[in-house]
Amino acid sequence: MSSTVVQGDFPSPSNAKTPTRAMSHPPPQKKARSGPMADRIFGWVAKGAAIGTLLLLLAILVTLTMSAWPAISKYGFSFLTSTVWDPVQDEYGGLVMIYGTLATSFIALLIAVPVSFGIALFLTELSPAWLKRPLGTAVELLAAVPSIVYGMWGLLVFGPVLATYVQQPLQAAFDGVPYLGAFVSGPPVGIGILSAGIILAIMVIPFISAVMRDVFEVTPPLLKESAYGLGATTWEVVSKVVLPYTKTGVIGGIMLGLGRAIGETMAVTFVIGNFNQLDSLSLFQAANSITSALANEFAEAGEGLHQAALMYLGLVLFFITFVILSLSKLLLSQLRKAEGTKT
Amino acid sequence: MQLCFKLPLLSLAVASTLGFAGLAGAQEITGAGASFPAPLYSKWAAEYNKATGVKVNYQSIGSGGGIKQIDSKTVDFGASDMPQTDEVLKTKGQMQFPTVMGGVVPVINIKGIEPGSMKLTGQVLGDIYLGKIARWNDPAIKALNPTLALPDAAIAQVRRADGSGTTFIFTNYLSKVNAEWKTKVGEGTAVNWPVGAGGKGNEGVAAFVARLPNSLGYVEYSYVKQNKLNYAVMQNSAGSFVKPEDDSFKAAAAGADWSKSFYQILTNQPGKDAWPISGATFILMHLKQDKPANATETLKFFNWAYANGGKSASDLDYVPMPPAVVASIQKAWGEIKDASGKPVAFK
Repeated sequence: MSSTVVQGDFPSPSNAKTPTRAMSHPPPQKKARSGPMADRIFGWVAKGAAIGTLLLLLAILVTLTMSAWPAISKYGFSFLTSTVWDPVQDEYGGLVMIYGTLATSFIALLIAVPVSFGIALFLTELSPAWLKRPLGTAVELLAAVPSIVYGMWGLLVFGPVLATYVQQPLQAAFDGVPYLGAFVSGPPVGIGILSAGIILAIMVIPFISAVMRDVFEVTPPLLKESAYGLGATTWEVVSKVVLPYTKTGVIGGIMLGLGRAIGETMAVTFVIGNFNQLDSLSLFQAANSITSALANEFAEAGEGLHQAALMYLGLVLFFITFVILSLSKLLLSQLRKAEGTKT
Repeated sequence: MQLCFKLPLLSLAVASTLGFAGLAGAQEITGAGASFPAPLYSKWAAEYNKATGVKVNYQSIGSGGGIKQIDSKTVDFGASDMPQTDEVLKTKGQMQFPTVMGGVVPVINIKGIEPGSMKLTGQVLGDIYLGKIARWNDPAIKALNPTLALPDAAIAQVRRADGSGTTFIFTNYLSKVNAEWKTKVGEGTAVNWPVGAGGKGNEGVAAFVARLPNSLGYVEYSYVKQNKLNYAVMQNSAGSFVKPEDDSFKAAAAGADWSKSFYQILTNQPGKDAWPISGATFILMHLKQDKPANATETLKFFNWAYANGGKSASDLDYVPMPPAVVASIQKAWGEIKDASGKPVAFK
């Protein structure tokens, strides 16, 4: 559309060379068609890539199950509820790691979702224009920091700070108080479930906030401005117009963050304490996660049950990720149904 | 880890490109296993390559990995921090020999306590790691250290999170000296720790202890030296308190009888100067060699290392084997034979 206007105003060199033509625009030259053969080959390649991914996934699942089989056949589902992890006696149960993975990811989301929401909201609705780009880039840069750096920072800097200024005062304040005292008990070292959760939160914030900002930005200005025109406050616009319009994207962003939190290995290994007992639900208790156990023990695990148990843990992680993905899809379809827009 | 895999590849690539430049006839041998002696093996390999032109590729993949690799004959020698029992070796048709020794040292971080002034016994150390002794001013620690100003603070126990030979030596010692430890936890490269936080690798434990007040951990001796950590002295089986140093590790090796079997775990050895938590690291080889030429080169390499590698070992804070032990190792090499039953040469 714009090109015709431009050509009308400033004749382009090609037009200038052919002034005698009756038509001001030459008929568009037909490009040579790629031919049915190339089309078909492209189709096969695309199909092959898609099927290849599916086969790869299946192959991973089959290999995992096969390597985990000695542990599966010995423990069955009791593996999921047993807290014993004893390589010396060759006794294995996965509850400690499963609990650690879920608890740290939950804490991470608890912190990361509100903060990311705030970041995205500020960047799209409140921030002065000159601050938007540097701030957005800074948040995105956080995603590029290697996870081992977060781990080292958590261990060397954040852990001692958490121990001195949060854990020890809390323990002193709640000493002897039932429940609350137990909730903050544990060795005063600043590593454990809470620090792993906080480090994970910092790691997933850039992912969630980047997705949230992008989807907030695609909300049609017409809708927002109508709401503002009716006298709505910023909060009302966001909660009643932007969020309902973008909830699919927002939930997608949160799931992306959750997926990253569950699968994170190196950073967690450094700060979770790698402790295979579940004797208290304290926030400051050292614990273990599935990925951390795999990273630490795989190299030295002997052939047999120890290795099979680690494989079983991997399979459980696979399953947890699958369940979370399915749940998010289910949640989205429920939301759509409630909306009634999609049939 | 990745680097460890890449380096041998890189050196392989370099070797193949240099192939025309005179190295065409050079032999190449491969080993894999324990990470504890890896810095030393790499240094030996570099020096040996300079001296003879033979390439030794050592991949630091962990003791468990080293045992797996030598079992499947993908390497010329395996390396393990945990000796294999004679029965296991017999069924696998392998032999083992120690290369260097080291010590595992309890390290502490308590304000106002000088390095080497805290005294501990195996019984107390075991009780701390069992969680039975939870505070530094516990009567059992006070009785050993009547003059020290022990803080009224919880002990933060730190230990290895990954499976390791260091943990094997440490838990083997605790099992020997603390009966409750033996029944409740036992020994191994990874155990079911009743308390404490796990750090990854010796460097992880060292970092934990250096930064956490009132903590206690255990690391290889070289990490104590390099990180200038505060260590405790230990009571040995003769009842005397000894410092962790080269001489006390050598004294531990002297107490063992290497002449009958190399399956020697050097923890809680007799001798009044012996450091109680010492250990050696081992090389595994097949007795019947499919590739006798490679076996010859491997043995030549270690023969060279025993004769010329002592200084590099001491520089890197490992303790070389005593000459008498080296002699019995060289004698044992006579059992490594080629397919026709002829012993492979190593001189």
